[in-house]
Amino acid sequence: MGIKLLLDKAHVEGIRFYDAYRREGGYRSVEKALKMSPNDIVEEVKKSGLRGRGGAGFPTGMKWSFLAKPEGVPRYLVCNADESEPGTFKDRYLMEFLPHLLIEGLIVSSFALGSNRTYIYIRGEYAWIVDILEHAIAEAKANGFLGTNILGSGFDCEIYVHRGAGAYICGEETALLESLEGKRGNPRIKPPFPAIKGLWDSPTVVNNVETLMAIVPIMNMGAEEYAKIGVGKSTGTKLISACGNINKAGVYEIDMTISVEEFIYSDEYCGGIPNGKKLKACIPGGSSVPILPANLLLKTAKGETRYMNYESLADGGFATGSMMGSGGFIVLDEDQCVVRHTYTLARFYRHESCGQCSPCREGTGWMEKILLSLEKGKGKMSDIDLLWDIQRKIEGNTICPLGDAAAWPVAAAIRHFRDEFEWHVLNPEESQTRNFGLAHYADPIHVPTV
Amino acid sequence: MSEAQTLFKVTIDNITVEVPAGTSILNAARKIGGEVTPPAMCYYSKLQGSGGKCRTCLVEVAAGSTADPRPMPKLVASCRTNVMDGMIVKSITSEKVLDARKGVVEFLLINHPLDCPICDQAGECHLQDLSYEHGAESTRYEFQRRTFPKHDIGPYIQLHMTRCILCYRCVYVADQLTNKREHGILDRGDHSEIATYIHKALDNDFIGNVIDVCPVGALTDRTFRFKNRVWFLKPVEAHRDCGKCCGRVTLWYRGDEVFRVTARKDEWGEVEDTPDGKPGWICNVCRFEKKETKDWVIEGVRHVNRHSVISAGHYNTLEVPKETIQDVMHGRNPKLLMDIHEVSDVNKPEIHLSEIPGPAHSDNFDNNKPA
Repeated sequence: MGIKLLLDKAHVEGIRFYDAYRREGGYRSVEKALKMSPNDIVEEVKKSGLRGRGGAGFPTGMKWSFLAKPEGVPRYLVCNADESEPGTFKDRYLMEFLPHLLIEGLIVSSFALGSNRTYIYIRGEYAWIVDILEHAIAEAKANGFLGTNILGSGFDCEIYVHRGAGAYICGEETALLESLEGKRGNPRIKPPFPAIKGLWDSPTVVNNVETLMAIVPIMNMGAEEYAKIGVGKSTGTKLISACGNINKAGVYEIDMTISVEEFIYSDEYCGGIPNGKKLKACIPGGSSVPILPANLLLKTAKGETRYMNYESLADGGFATGSMMGSGGFIVLDEDQCVVRHTYTLARFYRHESCGQCSPCREGTGWMEKILLSLEKGKGKMSDIDLLWDIQRKIEGNTICPLGDAAAWPVAAAIRHFRDEFEWHVLNPEESQTRNFGLAHYADPIHVPTV
Repeated sequence: MSEAQTLFKVTIDNITVEVPAGTSILNAARKIGGEVTPPAMCYYSKLQGSGGKCRTCLVEVAAGSTADPRPMPKLVASCRTNVMDGMIVKSITSEKVLDARKGVVEFLLINHPLDCPICDQAGECHLQDLSYEHGAESTRYEFQRRTFPKHDIGPYIQLHMTRCILCYRCVYVADQLTNKREHGILDRGDHSEIATYIHKALDNDFIGNVIDVCPVGALTDRTFRFKNRVWFLKPVEAHRDCGKCCGRVTLWYRGDEVFRVTARKDEWGEVEDTPDGKPGWICNVCRFEKKETKDWVIEGVRHVNRHSVISAGHYNTLEVPKETIQDVMHGRNPKLLMDIHEVSDVNKPEIHLSEIPGPAHSDNFDNNKPA
């Protein structure tokens, strides 16, 4: 049984409301934090080794310490709740069931960063969650945890919820800030980074929902205790939203010491693959990260067991590894077609590209068209190489990481499943009636002996 | 004042230049000039906030500065990256940059209609120059290209979105040169378009400048459309006393007739500064309504500094080729030079177009090609 830090009280009756939440020990961290100095809290978060839960895994304490603090300029904390990555739905679960945990994390973080006006930028489609959050904010305010002079400490803080208008790109932090300012959600050109010039040209920190919630257990149990959970640089717990061909899809809190195999097959988590099918492939961290075939997913290229943490999932780089990402765990069984799957992702990125910089705007559309013709059995063998060349020219040459996010899934699919693409080209009619199947993807990988 | 400015030494393709702090890599490279200068399709030095979008100006930073000589991990947009003291930049000496640039040109062209033969911008088009210098000889794109209907925005300007490369320059012009926000981008991704909402006219005294900043033929002058080719016109510098703008323009003559009026552009295709240091934007009255020689004080011939067909046609001494046409044509004597049926091998009976897989290429008809 794993440790639960965020979801431990998620099923308490009425936890969504202030009374039950407070009874279960809520808002203790605020009382503790307001007696500390802001710098001590930042140091505490640094010591905890907490890494950003939004996808990139950047150390949160480090990000906080980069925040510029010029005199007479307001500083802002923005909570990135624009969760729109296909396969990721952990923030939705957290905000829906534990709104007060987010408010609590936000108050502590706002105090640490000196933000008197804090924003939650929430995905527009999460309309009902806005109501939940606003209700929670009103309750917190009525009980003196928000507003002016919180708990007599002299610290003022207001939290505002801002609804997005349905763009995936607004999950990119600078596009989010543009959108929050009321402009078109185009990512900004960096530098300057938001820590220097963010919202309304003021220093700003943008953090994911789960990251800000993790501040609460860090304050409650202390950074040293928190850092003991997990392994290496992957401290604390991580929420994984598992979906696809598994028996028990849902949001799971893991402590990053379990293996991928255990996560997929144990009854405590995903509960194996339905109908006795075999595992073909898996995207371990949301649609943007490279897909891995079964043999590389369960064991690394060196033959070691792969664990559910930042380092182990990234072991082998992009050649034989993937990324932890945002924790959107998508499992594909032997009946799934990787070409069709890649096409679906390419279509998503084409639709969500903001259109600002040319490689992403034109390249994503081009990739989608080629993948569609491959999927429909109209592709040529040279299309596979062309696809590889296009993704190579998008990756790293764009303003924001959406270009990379569009290029990586295509690159990984060709890298690991090239024979499936070739089969589609060579068997145009057969590929319309049946799928390629498992092939050798579940075989133990050949490890060359040097 | 200039003594007080700190000068940074920056090395671009092994050429060292000293520039004031706060200069972008692109502007430092422009100081050197020539081939090392990265091309720029969206950056416009007179427009605040422009640049960073087209990615043609990507360069490799091999050393960040003397203080921190680490290389930058990714290629950077030179128009939006400022130089540091001791920075080492690779433009045309980096394979990675040339490869990325070629990729960007390809991306810009896949949805461009390539209708240069009927495009008014042909001859002074930055995308033409860019693809000639950095692009591949043929396209790998085999799908339908994106098209949009043409829109007249106001009485003077036509927007043909099909040709647009979404550089955002016109949006910045309308934002910064005129009092209110005139137009912007609608939609997202490869279906986004420059638009005035519900076709509201762009009616502002300075809106004509969007034509000058457009790097391609997406925004064209309706008073000049299809009237002439730019390389047949003779640019002449002129000025008039205008209450609204600087009144310093280039008149484009053919014979005695003024076909169009534009602002004066420098070698980077940007509007020249006036003697008082302000950008020489011109107003709509000068641009669209003063098309008589008597309206203007002629200053003299405009020297077109660019390597464009305009300057080639006008100011180079015409060299008469030594060979006769008969020599070049291997003894055949075509009735018309453009008479393809006479000069081409396409009509040779031993080659049938139907036998060639895919689109016919000149290689298919090359007699001298080893079998």
